[in-house]
Amino acid sequence: MSAQSRVVFERTVVYLLGWLLLLPGQVLAIPLGTPLEFESPEQRAQYATLVRELRCTVCQSETLHESKAPLAADMRRRIYDMTLEGKGEKEIVDFLVQRYGDYVRYRPPLQANTLLLWSGPFLVLIAGALIWWRVVRRRQHLLQDQALPQVERADLNRFRRGE
Amino acid sequence: MMRIILPVISIFAVLGLFYMGLQVDTRDLPSPLIGKPAPPFELSSLIEPDTMLTEQAFLGDVALVNVFASWCRTCWSEHSNLVALKKQGVAIFGINYRDRRQAALEYLERGGNPYVHVVFDPDGDAGLDWGVYATPETFLLDATGRIRFKHVGPLDATVIDEEFLPRIEELRAEATS
Repeated sequence: MSAQSRVVFERTVVYLLGWLLLLPGQVLAIPLGTPLEFESPEQRAQYATLVRELRCTVCQSETLHESKAPLAADMRRRIYDMTLEGKGEKEIVDFLVQRYGDYVRYRPPLQANTLLLWSGPFLVLIAGALIWWRVVRRRQHLLQDQALPQVERADLNRFRRGE
Repeated sequence: MMRIILPVISIFAVLGLFYMGLQVDTRDLPSPLIGKPAPPFELSSLIEPDTMLTEQAFLGDVALVNVFASWCRTCWSEHSNLVALKKQGVAIFGINYRDRRQAALEYLERGGNPYVHVVFDPDGDAGLDWGVYATPETFLLDATGRIRFKHVGPLDATVIDEEFLPRIEELRAEATS
């Protein structure tokens, strides 16, 4: 056996032994697809929500639910442990925010530095509505503008009829 | 005239914003731990497996806390700089992150040991509490044990000269005054 394959073999054995010896709730990291046991459906639901709401900070565009990164596995384990300890959703999110910042949350909280982020789309919508309103108003003015000389009006009507 | 100038200006404004967006380093995230006391942990010493160390071992002086691993190539690239910093009298502590003890010991044997203490954190427990997302990361502690600065990525000469040495001076002055 080459040195490298021996290392791989040893690691696999250690890994499998680890899994056999560990009781539920004592997992060290939670790789993707690990079946998890919970004490109640509420706990399962809370875990399922949290891993989809929180970001893997190394992969940046993945949630904890879908990330293969070792850090994500560690974070899933923390969330799992804390859920089993009976910690609430808010408590767990706060725990991670204190360590990794607001960035771990996929849904940014509404606070002073995210005000523009949250209000931006609405501001753009209002700006668009204002511009639209002004354009419509101007066109209405043009239609109602009686100052057009008789001759030109006659020409315009002829033009509209396609003569 | 305004009908042309206004859209052109707005297009360039948006392009300008996009260009600024491209310059932003998305890995450079602010740490919420700045200004907070060093997060607690209790882990075994890398070098003496029977000795347990807590965050107290890192406190007392202006010091660096460097998170490293033997599997991390970037850590290796900054290692000689850490050894040089140690020679300049900077106290450096290590968190050996998600590593195997033997591999980490060999790593220190090859590159020299710049650390006053190294804690062994194979499961990333302390890593999570310190908000570590990628090795290498280096924290700067003041004399009261608060985190004052954090750098993600290697400590190259520029980072050391521009980011760390001035801050170390400043914090040392702060401690003696």
